[in-house]
Amino acid sequence: MMSGDEVPGRMPGELDMQAPAAIALSGISKSFGAVQANRDIDLLVEEGTIHGIVGENGAGKSTLMSILYGFYEADSGDIFVRGEKRKITSPDDAIKAGIGMVHQHFMLVDNFTVLENVILGAEGGTLLKAGVSRARAELKRLEREYELQVDPDAVVGDLPVGLQQRVEILKALFRGADTLILDEPTGVLTPSEADHLFRILRQLKSQGKTVILITHKLREIMAITDNVSIMRRGEIVATLETAETTPEQLAELMVGRHVLLRVEKGEAAPGAPLLTVTNLSVVDGNGVARVSDVSFEVRAGEIVGIAGVSGNGQSELLEALSGIRPATSGEIRLADGEDLARRADPAMRRRSKLAHVPEDRHRMGLVMGFEENENAILGYHRDKAYGRGVFLDRSAIEAEAREKMQQYDIRPPDPRLKTANFSGGNQQKIVLAREMERDPDVLLVGQPTRGVDIGAIEFIHHQLVAMRDAGKAILLVSVELDEIRALSDRILVMFSGKIVGERGPQASEGELGLMMAGVTPEEGEGESAEEAQAEGEMGRASAAEPKA
Amino acid sequence: MSAPFQKLPTWVEVGVIPLVNVVVAFLVAGLVVLFIGENPLEAVKILIWGALGFGEGVGFTLFYTTNFIFTGLAVAVAFHAGLFNIGGEGQAYLGGLGVAVAALALDRYVPWWVTLPVATVLAALFGAAWALIPAYLQAKRGSHIVITTIMFNFIASSLMVWLLVDHLSPVGSMQPETRTFEAGGTLPELGGLFHLFGADMGAAPANISIFVALAACVFVYYFIWRTKIGYEIRATGLNPTAAVYAGISTVKITIVTMLVSGGLAGLMALNPVMGDQQRLQIDFVQGAGFVGIAVALMGRAHPVGVVLAAFLFGMLYQGGAELAFDMPTISRDMIVVIQALVILFAGALEHMFRPGIGRAFALMSTSQRERVVAEEERS
Repeated sequence: MMSGDEVPGRMPGELDMQAPAAIALSGISKSFGAVQANRDIDLLVEEGTIHGIVGENGAGKSTLMSILYGFYEADSGDIFVRGEKRKITSPDDAIKAGIGMVHQHFMLVDNFTVLENVILGAEGGTLLKAGVSRARAELKRLEREYELQVDPDAVVGDLPVGLQQRVEILKALFRGADTLILDEPTGVLTPSEADHLFRILRQLKSQGKTVILITHKLREIMAITDNVSIMRRGEIVATLETAETTPEQLAELMVGRHVLLRVEKGEAAPGAPLLTVTNLSVVDGNGVARVSDVSFEVRAGEIVGIAGVSGNGQSELLEALSGIRPATSGEIRLADGEDLARRADPAMRRRSKLAHVPEDRHRMGLVMGFEENENAILGYHRDKAYGRGVFLDRSAIEAEAREKMQQYDIRPPDPRLKTANFSGGNQQKIVLAREMERDPDVLLVGQPTRGVDIGAIEFIHHQLVAMRDAGKAILLVSVELDEIRALSDRILVMFSGKIVGERGPQASEGELGLMMAGVTPEEGEGESAEEAQAEGEMGRASAAEPKA
Repeated sequence: MSAPFQKLPTWVEVGVIPLVNVVVAFLVAGLVVLFIGENPLEAVKILIWGALGFGEGVGFTLFYTTNFIFTGLAVAVAFHAGLFNIGGEGQAYLGGLGVAVAALALDRYVPWWVTLPVATVLAALFGAAWALIPAYLQAKRGSHIVITTIMFNFIASSLMVWLLVDHLSPVGSMQPETRTFEAGGTLPELGGLFHLFGADMGAAPANISIFVALAACVFVYYFIWRTKIGYEIRATGLNPTAAVYAGISTVKITIVTMLVSGGLAGLMALNPVMGDQQRLQIDFVQGAGFVGIAVALMGRAHPVGVVLAAFLFGMLYQGGAELAFDMPTISRDMIVVIQALVILFAGALEHMFRPGIGRAFALMSTSQRERVVAEEERS
């Protein structure tokens, strides 16, 4: 464990500066039961800066920000806002202290207009009218000052996520926030939307606002922050000036050991197609086309990546391929050549040696209330190896689970422990171990490293490449463009339910980003990234509307 | 840090928390007793003595306990699949029809131990059949099972009145009930067992169906935690999306679970019909189906918990009757109030004391904290 005297750069917690810091936390501790989420945290966020907070899942970032925003009350420690000690026990207190928060999952009323959402909770009086006209004027001003363009009369549910996020920022500014906390703000954005967000943040900074950015993407930290604090196991292990650090150093501080940020892999040697999808369409229960006319194949020994902003049909595609939902039309064939599209039967797909690591382990991949060993057989529980007849053979299941836990280094190595008590990375390893160790021919992988710490990411990527090299066909769906580019041998880009193009792994981020926003550059032509970027900005508003 | 409360040890989870809930329920009930001008301590004494103080009281307590074990198990099994079976009342009522059919057909020809297995099977079948229709409607049509099972209680009630008045009541009788079963259709009472311990059960109706209830507990334990279908039921109840991902058919699970649940509720009829009254009477279930909900909640849907909770409610029923008799100011309705308080604190307010107990526990065991921290260190 790193102690305070090893911290390079400034020492946090020194409160006797000339200009009082925007936010100063001193000695904040918080436990949940026996788990200490925050331990004696000192943090100094200077006014007019962008301050990044990085850390692995469960490092205590969210808890710390929840304390600052009044969701939780700290067990001990003080909060100073501009040098003044404040007691913040509710979000209301935080707003009064000039602290605003943009949550990872937006807190918006979908069928209200932008204006209605902005004044929600700050209506100003019994009658709406006065508040509304005041808000309208204020929104105009904010739009002018911070590049926060958004139509005040648009219904929020109709806006693309990037704009919804702007509404969240507007909400906070409208309430007079001087300090803005953003929790993983780019997770749902396309690269160009993220760029725009960063421009807004810089604009806020130049106007003297303070921004606290919570993220696990080191690239963002490097691109936009002035200072960065690294959290590990509930403590701040270092606070650095961003200009004086490197992503490698940050990663090492986060994990506590040296990590490889690059994926080591050789050339792919693709063989025969193991998964062939032809003209596949999926229409959901509301009659909306989620996947339209998608065709591709995945061959033995290759990783095909599907890039795209979340919500463009990737989830539905995975569900159709894995047999969870029926396809409306088209064909799905495995190596044996039989069309499975109409037979939505996940158990049958498993027997045909198709395995599926779902995008969301909480919602789909695991039963959190189960013991680890029970999750280790989910979907394969009818297998003869786990008991003949009607009964389950508990000792056989546990023995196998124990073995897999050792192989995949799942901690703590206790197959009887409830799944919810494992960390995100270890939970993901439980799913991966279950699906990979069945030796499938085709592996569908959705968001393999979502909410997983860096150490585990390294391991998971390594496993996927090893499977590829063992001649398996892997279809990888991820919203992390870096991950897609690092792992895939071919990249398909999905937008609005369609595959809008295929690129090699060398494709530039700008090019892929444009395709993810629905702008398809000339096939194979070398359009310059900057040019395309500008075009993308303009084309985005129209492109973001789903083409039904 | 998504889980704000740590996992508590099992003994706290299933022991301390329910106990605290019950104690608080009794304290509030004590205030009510105080309010109407009686001595709460005296009332508690009468209640406990009435339930456990003498042979006959114990006999009655066990009789009620038997009913509640069956209906509690029925609700508990459904809980595991995420289903709320409010229809135990109607399913038990129909189960009575199954018992009566077996007893009326066999009682003159075979001894009770031949009739009992047949009656058990028929009771379960009739109860299961009554749960099948709501289950089918839920699985295939999405009609909410809470609504349909409640409605089926009323249908069961009307159906049984019609059967008992127009068809099952002996010719010439004005009573809406079947004829009294002969020896071959009645269950032995526990009087003999009581004598072994030197106690006298008096007129109490406790009978050997309590052993059927305990066997049902063992069955439920193995069914839910040891079989493949039980695994599928629990997966569906805990995370339906993950269950579908795993290839588990929600339709199948809903129907199988409700059949088992209805069957267990149906078995309850053995106790009052074959054991106590030895004939099928109108409204013999007397709310046991609804008490089963409280029992399952309090027993945390685990057979052991169900037995303990059923015993508590058995005590409340028998002790409450004694209390109403000895303290005339405490009416029958007051007893219902006390029972309702127990249900309120054990069921609805189940989690009220949880955070506090969790915190207290965490403070008490610093050693545990150190272990957890050390574990994190290692990972």
